[in-house]
Amino acid sequence: MSKSTTSIGSELTVRDYSLTGANTRQAIENGLSAAEWYHSDVPRKKLKSLMKRRDAPAIHDTVIWIALHFVFAAGGLYFWGSWLCVPFWFAYGVVYGSACDSRWHECGHGTAFRTRWMNDIVYHIASFQIMRNPVNWRWSHARHHTDTLIVGRDPEIAWMHPISLVLKALAFVGIVDTWTSLKTLMRNAMGNLSQEERDYIPESQWPKAVFWARLHIAIYAAVLVVSLVMLVSGAGWKSLIPILLIGGPRVYGCWHFVMTGLLQHGGLAENVLDHRLNSRTLYMNPISRWVYWNMNYHIEHHMFPMVPYYSLPALHDLIKDDLPPPNTSIWDGYREMMGSVMKQRVDPNHAIRRSLPPTARPYREHLHLAVPERNTGLEIGDRGGT
Amino acid sequence: MPWVDACAVDDVEEEDVIRWDHEDQTYAIFRSVDDEFYCTDGLCTHEQVHLSEGLVMENEIECPKHNGLFDYRTGKALRAPVCEDLRTYETRVGNGRVMVLVE
Repeated sequence: MSKSTTSIGSELTVRDYSLTGANTRQAIENGLSAAEWYHSDVPRKKLKSLMKRRDAPAIHDTVIWIALHFVFAAGGLYFWGSWLCVPFWFAYGVVYGSACDSRWHECGHGTAFRTRWMNDIVYHIASFQIMRNPVNWRWSHARHHTDTLIVGRDPEIAWMHPISLVLKALAFVGIVDTWTSLKTLMRNAMGNLSQEERDYIPESQWPKAVFWARLHIAIYAAVLVVSLVMLVSGAGWKSLIPILLIGGPRVYGCWHFVMTGLLQHGGLAENVLDHRLNSRTLYMNPISRWVYWNMNYHIEHHMFPMVPYYSLPALHDLIKDDLPPPNTSIWDGYREMMGSVMKQRVDPNHAIRRSLPPTARPYREHLHLAVPERNTGLEIGDRGGT
Repeated sequence: MPWVDACAVDDVEEEDVIRWDHEDQTYAIFRSVDDEFYCTDGLCTHEQVHLSEGLVMENEIECPKHNGLFDYRTGKALRAPVCEDLRTYETRVGNGRVMVLVE
């Protein structure tokens, strides 16, 4: 695969990832916010068939997902006290603590099931498992799709500069994230939304954010109480079981979603309006694809977020000639990403720029300049970037 | 309040939507599974995305950018991130044409 690391998009001398800071104003002034993005050409008829929703695939996957919770938990409990329980808890952790991320994501988009209440139920279960306020994160993710990797606008940038490799490594064991998530839920439960949350969540939704935070905290508090009662009653190590079952997998089972999630945009460009420059599509093994619900087709997902996860492989086949070649495996993705990340630690304006196949339309880093509806009145020469 | 000739009946497939621009305004014209025609503002009330690129499912239109959902018959916002209803316009069909009452 031919590629280079180079400066792409608007070069920034200072990066302020807050949603109310200098880069926020700069992004809006430069037309990078709520801009028009590049899309590969897909005939309307074909796109409609790809967007079509069905309940069956997600019901099938969800039944398996729920069943695996019970099977692995039962194995963990049955073999408790022996090393044989470890692989069961390991698998339970992934099914609970990692698969929930993709279920949260897909059901948040409302694309997994055709039936709306099914999306909503799985969305709330998965939000609880991953310790995300279901209201806050619905809105933050909407912003992520509007302004993907636009500094000062996107609240979900995983690789913020300067990059701390220690924090990134710790993310695989979830301790820092879990603590941060619980603190946020607790703050929300006390009726307090941060300035940034108030920026991207409409005021009408604030009471709902507080309600769901209170419910999540109440359940976690109940789990903790049960565990403490067991400990006081002399259950010993068995008093850990409630936490291993509920809440704990967010720590010991999150590694898979962190592994796949970091690949989505890592090492790629900020402040561009072409998802081929800031998102990564890669091939991976079928188990990871099942856990991840096909979000390895991440360029495709960002270009056409209405296409459900089970149709993403077909969408990929349709537009792959317009996309950079996918990474061939998770390992290949990490090799590419980490090479760029190490350079970004020295120069945050560096980014991977993969060569496009000859059949593809060229990258359009400044598409927003050509869209009259988004015209901010600035001349091309007035705008930042390269 | 004039009735304006917007498009031919055959321009819109069943359970689908097209974009119609008229005098600096953009609209969305829907054809339901019952072969009824409806018209709404063309841009999502959340972030000004053209609904004509969205997905029509029975009586609902899903925004192509954030999957917000509206009932296109009433304009009612049904699912976050849309909170504000769409404006709707009266339609009538005659001689194979769809007319919209614009204000």
